Amino acid sequence: MEAAENTLEVSVWRGGEDGEYQTFQVPAQENQTILDVVSWIQQYADPTLTYRFACRVGMCGSCAMMVNGKPRWTCRTHVKKATEGADKIEIAPLRNLPVIKDLAADMDPFFDKWVKAGAVHHPTRTRDDAIETITPDEPGRVEAAKAIECINCSVCYAGCDTVANNPDYLGPAALQRAWTLYNDAKDADRQAILDNVSGVGGCHNCHTQGSCTMYCPNELDPLSAIAGLKRVTAQNFFKRKG
Amino acid sequence: MLDLRLYMAQRLSAMVMIPLTLGHLAVMIYAMRGGLTGGEILARTQGSLFWFLFYGTFVAAVSVHGAIGLRVIVHETFGTRGRALMLLTWGSCLVLFLMGARAVLAVTLA
Repeated sequence: MEAAENTLEVSVWRGGEDGEYQTFQVPAQENQTILDVVSWIQQYADPTLTYRFACRVGMCGSCAMMVNGKPRWTCRTHVKKATEGADKIEIAPLRNLPVIKDLAADMDPFFDKWVKAGAVHHPTRTRDDAIETITPDEPGRVEAAKAIECINCSVCYAGCDTVANNPDYLGPAALQRAWTLYNDAKDADRQAILDNVSGVGGCHNCHTQGSCTMYCPNELDPLSAIAGLKRVTAQNFFKRKG
Repeated sequence: MLDLRLYMAQRLSAMVMIPLTLGHLAVMIYAMRGGLTGGEILARTQGSLFWFLFYGTFVAAVSVHGAIGLRVIVHETFGTRGRALMLLTWGSCLVLFLMGARAVLAVTLA
């Protein structure tokens, strides 16, 4: 009886796309993250369990998984927070990405879209010129600073229903990156950034549902970044025609 | 499945529709509360360039707006893309326009 009280019932996705959940009994601790639970299973119950992590402190963005249906950075997600009072935990690989095995999702589509969104700096100066001075309170810098803490964890991408239904959609992280670059005073080709986010999979597909901003573990706001891109592309639409 | 061009077409058609919708509602309430009969309404609309332009613009805006909205829903629900999606967009735009134009002509032609 006592053992049951101190045990968590954890269902973990096993296999590829056509896999299934396997249930483990994991010792409950007062202070325990979801990543601790997954690591316990791999170390003490089944060493073949595949998952991904690196820093364990919320910096590297590699340990994101679906926990009870929500995308989470597992190293910084307390079991008590994730279960929200329930006594069961269900852990699956990130949504909207192909499954490699068990809890490891294939991040390629996510990063391919970063490239597709044109997240490339277009320099204004060469290496022989002096570095341009940007003061921290410039409006563009303030806007850009809002999103530079993105750790590429793909939590927003997994939480986005538009990505789920429209595979071409670039997704919140890539578009937020484009918005950051657009606001960079040191970028020489802002129109190229706007062109990159104005295609069939671009920012205009966003339905403003806001899951990205709700789930972002670093409390960034991709929703507002995408709204910014929509606003600027709409304004430029007439300028370019005229 | 929305690029900037379609996005702008849908937003601009919505902007056209906002005052027309309000005008349409106001006229409906006025006509019903005033107790106008169908014949009296037709007597005012038939041969009227104003009402032809009012509802003609409305129909054009609805055709564009509705077709693009339908395109997004169908793509995201059924995964339709390419030529089929293009046909659906233009087809629904045409059907909406023809149905609306038929009604506008019936009410405003003298």
